[in-house]
Amino acid sequence: MNRYPLWKNLIVVVVLLIGLFYALPNFFGEEPALQVSKRDGSMEQSALTEAKSALRAAGIEYTRAELLEEDGLIRFESTDDQLKAVDVVRAALGGDYPVALNLAPAAPAWLTDLGALPMYLGLDLRGGVHFLMQVDMDAAIRTALERRIDGIRSDLRDAELRYVSAEVDEEGAILVRFRDAQARDTGMERLAEDYEDLEFEAAEIDDEPYLRARMTEEGAETERKAALEQNITTLRNRVNELGVAEPLIQQQGESRIVVELPGIQDTVRAKEILGATATLEFRLVHGSPADWEDAAESGSAPAQAKLYERREGGSVLLKRQVIVTGDRVTGASSGFDQDSGSPAVFVDLDGQGARRMADITGDNIGKQMGVVFIENRLESEVVDGELVEEKRLVEEVINVATIRDQLAHRFQITGLDSSEEARNLSLLLRAGALRAPMDIVEERTVGPSLGADNIKAGVQAAVLGFVLVAIFMMIYYRVFGVIAVTALVSNLILIVAVLSMLQATLTLPGIAGIVLTVGMAVDANVLIFERIREELRNGMTPHAAIKAGYERAFATILDANITTLLAALALFAFGTGPIKGFAVTLSIGILASVFTAVMLSRALTNLVYGRRARLKGLAI
Amino acid sequence: MNIFPPDARFDFFGKRFYGYAFSVILLLVAAGSLLAKGLDLGLDFTGGVVVELGYPGGADIDAVRATLDERGYEDAAAQFFGSSEEVMVRLPPSGESQSRVADDLLVALQSESENVEMRRVEYVGPAVGKELFNAGGLALLVVLAGILVYVGFRFQVRLAGGAILALAHDLVVVLGLVSLLGVRFDLTVLAAFLALAGYSINDTIVVFDRIRENFQKMRKGTEQEVMNASVNQTMSRTVITSGTTFLTALALLIFGGEALYGFSLTLLLGIAIGTFSSIYVASAVSLDMGLRRQDLLKIDDRERLKQAEDSAP
Repeated sequence: MNRYPLWKNLIVVVVLLIGLFYALPNFFGEEPALQVSKRDGSMEQSALTEAKSALRAAGIEYTRAELLEEDGLIRFESTDDQLKAVDVVRAALGGDYPVALNLAPAAPAWLTDLGALPMYLGLDLRGGVHFLMQVDMDAAIRTALERRIDGIRSDLRDAELRYVSAEVDEEGAILVRFRDAQARDTGMERLAEDYEDLEFEAAEIDDEPYLRARMTEEGAETERKAALEQNITTLRNRVNELGVAEPLIQQQGESRIVVELPGIQDTVRAKEILGATATLEFRLVHGSPADWEDAAESGSAPAQAKLYERREGGSVLLKRQVIVTGDRVTGASSGFDQDSGSPAVFVDLDGQGARRMADITGDNIGKQMGVVFIENRLESEVVDGELVEEKRLVEEVINVATIRDQLAHRFQITGLDSSEEARNLSLLLRAGALRAPMDIVEERTVGPSLGADNIKAGVQAAVLGFVLVAIFMMIYYRVFGVIAVTALVSNLILIVAVLSMLQATLTLPGIAGIVLTVGMAVDANVLIFERIREELRNGMTPHAAIKAGYERAFATILDANITTLLAALALFAFGTGPIKGFAVTLSIGILASVFTAVMLSRALTNLVYGRRARLKGLAI
Repeated sequence: MNIFPPDARFDFFGKRFYGYAFSVILLLVAAGSLLAKGLDLGLDFTGGVVVELGYPGGADIDAVRATLDERGYEDAAAQFFGSSEEVMVRLPPSGESQSRVADDLLVALQSESENVEMRRVEYVGPAVGKELFNAGGLALLVVLAGILVYVGFRFQVRLAGGAILALAHDLVVVLGLVSLLGVRFDLTVLAAFLALAGYSINDTIVVFDRIRENFQKMRKGTEQEVMNASVNQTMSRTVITSGTTFLTALALLIFGGEALYGFSLTLLLGIAIGTFSSIYVASAVSLDMGLRRQDLLKIDDRERLKQAEDSAP
């Protein structure tokens, strides 16, 4: 007699049910949708309502509009409606609400509410751009040293130590030339105290006294990390500007950044925005709001001032003289003002920036200061079949605040509406500029038609592979063949369920991994069934043969699968992109197949044969 | 129904020298092709630019080539890809960043004829390509080492040696065949190789498992006889599993399209070679390396055997 204890049967049933539940969303497909976000914060209900009424007014039907964690999602019956709706929604909500075309899972809300989401399709299946960007770390260090030089110059001046020149040499070290060795030695002593991340040494070049300073390994490491982080933040902000649904921006290795933009085909435009350089300027405000309006209407500004657009709308006049530029900003964080408890942004300036800030703000307490965001964009257009690049400058004022005190090294900007705005401003201050230049070292773009073809190819191959294997198993092993095929189907359901649960990325090689698993997963059942046949031939009773078959084959199955798993793990560790997808599906397939081929198929075998006391033979 | 007769007593190991000879021939052919012809390394490893375009209604490949020449892309190679409606243009790597070149190439071709559809644009910098290649090689070494340790630990050192040799044999032979057939070696083909490493060892392990079991069970018979019986007993399973895996790889070859062509072809070759080598390389080499019954017995069995030998006159 072969019976499973209740708990084993229960495990099999429960695992299968959970698998079915999580695999379910994949069968509903996707529907066209618009993803609406808010530039500086979370999407709110009022904006969504506005979008809805605009769509109704335009006579465009939508199926569902909902507010997600950060964004709003409006779904449509057809792509036609979706495309018509983009312009309507953009016009209704204005520039602060980027609208992106998206494909939203069509699974019913009760499924998605319970966390059951369909698999995440890789770029080779849904189309889109993949960039791998290399951050120029040498340039990052050089810029960092140049910032230090400004400080060193003024420190030496303050100490009344006379130097001839100070610059960064070709080897990436600061070289300061002094008039005499004594000044050099005193200077070295003083500077070594102030600059912990620099290593100072005395040098004689052509009999002239020099001071050489290099970045310590620790200091360089900190700079490299900061450069990478800041570039990632900058890229993230810019991608948000692009209005891309579900972008991925991730560090890879020590000096590279991966950017994946699903659904984007226009790589030229994507590169423009990612490659733009941006900076900040702090300037004093000129005149009163009435003057600003006049200037905006006439389009001409007074001689000593310049007219700017404000990000939140309207115009403002700022003085031509710049207090400090963004490259003097060494850090920015958001928090709350200690006295009033209102949201604030804390800005750190370097030495020279701090002195200029102190000088100018000291004389202008009570007046207003504006923060200008300047972006240099490289825009390309096609002229006579050739790509022509053009530089475009975007300047806008992101914040105007009152100077309450003399500002210096560290100051705060208040007058912000919410802590969210404070967070975003600090982000912009930090992320306004790319800290180091970047190069695209790898680029992969897949058009939507190729993506669709790839999905079709993968699904067809999977179906054919499955049907061939299923037919063979059922002819060769009869009843046990049916059991093996049931196990195989469950195996596929489990793979899809786990991939959906992990929200792992499904790629074309990933589908190939699933197809291959179909062929290899029956191996465990073949091992068991061959063993049962053998034991029957050796004269065992059917029940004993089933028991022996399953038990003796188990060790072999385990050994065989662990070695394959080793290979899959190595693939995962060393592979990139699509290959990782292959490794993931292969590993999940191996684990799932051990469960289905051993436990589930045993449960089924027991169900079919287990209760029959007088079993004459097996259909195997 | 049986594919392989269950009562077969085929003398696999008696004929193992034919197997060795076949292996040596395969290895020589593989090495010859690798040396003479080398691998057709894909963009993933060499760097460069690939642009794939769709021309609904068919492409005029000569016009495409003329456009490329006109625009100064003398190095570019254009060819049909999969069908007469798709064209693939490849540019060899150059020293500088070719990201702009890829855009320019696309724009040039799209402005030349209407309705050209962008299917795929890939640019890989030469440094990245080299890194991917090294990472792939490293992955392969890690897999080999991992398997050596696991098999050595679970079975026996001589078997582990045989298994690794069989695995290396499979990989070299398939690599040679890939070179001979001119399959472009890209990342997916590399993935196929790593999957093959797993598959090939899987096959070997099943045979080893039976050898170990039989050494413990069959008290009589020489090492060769026991191993022969083991291979005969596992033969059905070997044929069936290879068969089903072969079928699915075939399905991938038929429907997987150009993107999976190299991948599935590599797998098909690898499955065939891997099945052969499990018997004629892995097991046979272990036998010739001096695998003894004692090596695979449990410790108490081993002691009993030793006592029996000691007490024998």
